[in-house]
Amino acid sequence: MAQSVVAVRPILMSSKTGISAALLVLALILLALGAVMSRAEVGTGLGAGDWAAVQFTVLQAACSSFFSVLLAIPVARALARRRFVGRGALVTLLGAPFILPVIVAVLGLLAVFGRSGWVNAGLDALGLPNVSIYGFQGVVLAHVFFNMPLATRLLLQGWQTIPAERFRLVAQLRLSPRAVFRAVEVPMLGQVVPGALALVFVICLTSFAVALTLGGGPRATTIELAIYQAFRFDFDLGRAALLSVVQLGLAGATALLALRLVPIVQVGGGLDRMMPRWDVRGGMQRAFDCVAITLAALFLLVPLGAVVWRGVRGLPQMPMQVYHAAGTSIAVAVTSIALLLVLALPMAGWIAARKGGGVEAVGLLGLSASPLMIGTGWFNIINPYANPMDFALVVTVVVNAMMALPFALRILVPPMRDAVQQYGRLSEMLGISGWRFWRIVLVPRLRAQIGFTAGLTGALSMGDLGVIALFADPERVTLPLQMMRLMGAYRMDAAAGAALVLLALSLGIFWVCDKGGRWRAEA
Amino acid sequence: MKCLTFATATLAATAISTTAWAETPELTVYTYDSFVSDWGPGPAIEKAFEETCGCDLNLVGVADGAALLARLKLEGTRTDADVVMGLDTSLIAAAKETGLFSETVVEAEYALPVEWTDPVFVAYDWGYFAFVHNKDLEAPSNFKELGESDLKIVIQDPRSSTPGLGLLMWVKAAYGDEAPAIWDELADNVVTVTKGWSEAYGLFFEGEADMVLSYTTSPAYHLIAEEDDGKAAAAFDEGHYMQIEVVGKLAGSDQPELADKFLNFMVSDAAQTILPTTNWMYPAVTPSAGLPAGFETLTVPEKALLIPIDEVPAIREEALAEWLKALSQ
Repeated sequence: MAQSVVAVRPILMSSKTGISAALLVLALILLALGAVMSRAEVGTGLGAGDWAAVQFTVLQAACSSFFSVLLAIPVARALARRRFVGRGALVTLLGAPFILPVIVAVLGLLAVFGRSGWVNAGLDALGLPNVSIYGFQGVVLAHVFFNMPLATRLLLQGWQTIPAERFRLVAQLRLSPRAVFRAVEVPMLGQVVPGALALVFVICLTSFAVALTLGGGPRATTIELAIYQAFRFDFDLGRAALLSVVQLGLAGATALLALRLVPIVQVGGGLDRMMPRWDVRGGMQRAFDCVAITLAALFLLVPLGAVVWRGVRGLPQMPMQVYHAAGTSIAVAVTSIALLLVLALPMAGWIAARKGGGVEAVGLLGLSASPLMIGTGWFNIINPYANPMDFALVVTVVVNAMMALPFALRILVPPMRDAVQQYGRLSEMLGISGWRFWRIVLVPRLRAQIGFTAGLTGALSMGDLGVIALFADPERVTLPLQMMRLMGAYRMDAAAGAALVLLALSLGIFWVCDKGGRWRAEA
Repeated sequence: MKCLTFATATLAATAISTTAWAETPELTVYTYDSFVSDWGPGPAIEKAFEETCGCDLNLVGVADGAALLARLKLEGTRTDADVVMGLDTSLIAAAKETGLFSETVVEAEYALPVEWTDPVFVAYDWGYFAFVHNKDLEAPSNFKELGESDLKIVIQDPRSSTPGLGLLMWVKAAYGDEAPAIWDELADNVVTVTKGWSEAYGLFFEGEADMVLSYTTSPAYHLIAEEDDGKAAAAFDEGHYMQIEVVGKLAGSDQPELADKFLNFMVSDAAQTILPTTNWMYPAVTPSAGLPAGFETLTVPEKALLIPIDEVPAIREEALAEWLKALSQ
């Protein structure tokens, strides 16, 4: 196990495509930033309020990522060890909170934890004092709701990379659950947890509406809100750019730190197949897993249930236009998936073949860039030459792919690194390299991960409102925008119906890709 | 000219639709997104104007008023827009400062509670900000009563929302230097602050608050479109702050006559009849058929408040600082 890491010969994969993809992402962000700066007049610089926003942002993002990942560990462990009816559905639903438009998810959470939500109704019935979701606890709760499922999927994937033979061995040795955890699972977590933490931290960095609404007011001002203020309230592009730099800097630093922490250990080859777990049949362990899965499922499904319930009631009032918008959104999602795979696969291959993982930080930068800044920047670049409106969908697709890139890398890089290490020498001996190495060795091995990545990207682009605001093209309205329009026109019920369609479509696209990846493979 | 006619005739022979396109002048109007949506005034306004103008009206929706102005600033003199519609009284001073707008001579018999004589911008609709609640609630009759009560309200962030900014100006117009004290009192009534109007209204609908900052005309939607008379707007005796929505033409427009025509159209009977039940605001000029049935049930404030447009920029900075201070404690 303590063998040195196999140095991967560049022969196996060309790094050129990977490097170009990374440069493209950097260029997308930096050009936008430059374009915003080029329009900046002498502004006020960052004031005390802005620094308070930076402080709050970092604090809430740190807490949110810590709790999301901490709570994900027992859930992922339980899901990895158990097979039960509905497990597949639950694993798919883990993608759901993440892809809902913010306001829909917030309303779902409020139906449960809000002032007139079920929890408080229950407390009232018992004569107990009410709890308030609004405040720091609300921000963290909402971010955990969004990100804990994602972290669970990432960790679950970690468990699946542990060769089944190892669990057979610990069963033969009759190791105690604690010893198994220490000897087998902790080293795996050491590899997966820092990346998951960094990813969730960066997602929470750009939070705005969730933090403001559940934080209960301007106490919960994040950097993204400060950027909004700079653009809209003050039209101080210099300050907007400065704040964007702070945001990018924080994300970049976090990513580098986390990825440096990841020890590269060789997993050691197994037979690359699933086997029953003989080591987890104890009653206590069974009870523990059962509790973890039930609690997580409740936390996840009850607010989703509220969204579905509201939506079903609104469906009859939903106008035809929603279906047109749904068509546009599906087209956007499918194109985003294609673009994402073209970017992410070579980039992941390049990162997997390197010793350090630092370059993955580039991917996280894309996620931490303020959508408003990217939108304004590109608007400014396109505007002198063409009508930005004509590019609305193109920009949306590109930004969606860019936002999904860090997830894709986080999902693809670790198993790809394993595959390269395990099959690198053999492939080289057999003269399999370049395109054939991808086709024969990597893609079949990573099918499940590629499917998961594609599904996540599709679902993410489905729910994204992001950059479209400045570009808005009245003829080609996406589903989330149409839903917001319904809300803006007082049609709250019809909007709830549209939200349900959005949820169904997002989950549908996620399920198709995810299932496609795992088809005829037990994973 | 003959040559041009010949060319058009040839084109007409080959493709009729192309000729129609080539001959019809196009008027580009930037407005906010909810105006162009299928449930806003956009489709009806476009149809009505195109019937008379012999032109193609191109309505471009941009998020909301503040984003609209930001986009215009980004585009500067390069903009394709001939007309900008949907700025409000809080944004007019900043809009004029860009120097992109030109004066206009539109005459209208405004039915506004204040006199409207702006040389650049034409008012097309207006409303009063108000707290909307369910009818069974005993509503407070001013900010002080609200501050002393246990009622919960949800408001919008002035940094990202137009009504949110309207509330700041409302408190400032009513209380001036006393505004910080009012906000201190209100702080514990505010359940939360949202990014925009839709989110706040959604929260109110889910029962998260007793009242939501909206307009006195909001109950009209529920009454007329949903036949639900269960919503009302609380009348505050300090007076209610107004929002007047305006339309103006750009100096760089290549269709100045058509732009003037559009400005005149917006205060005409045709447009003013469409606005109340699509934009859910009061028409700037009372249509000949009067207000739609149901509007007579709305709360009418005794006093209309409005800060003079050129004083807005200085006051909003101060008001924002006071608001942030009171609500951040």
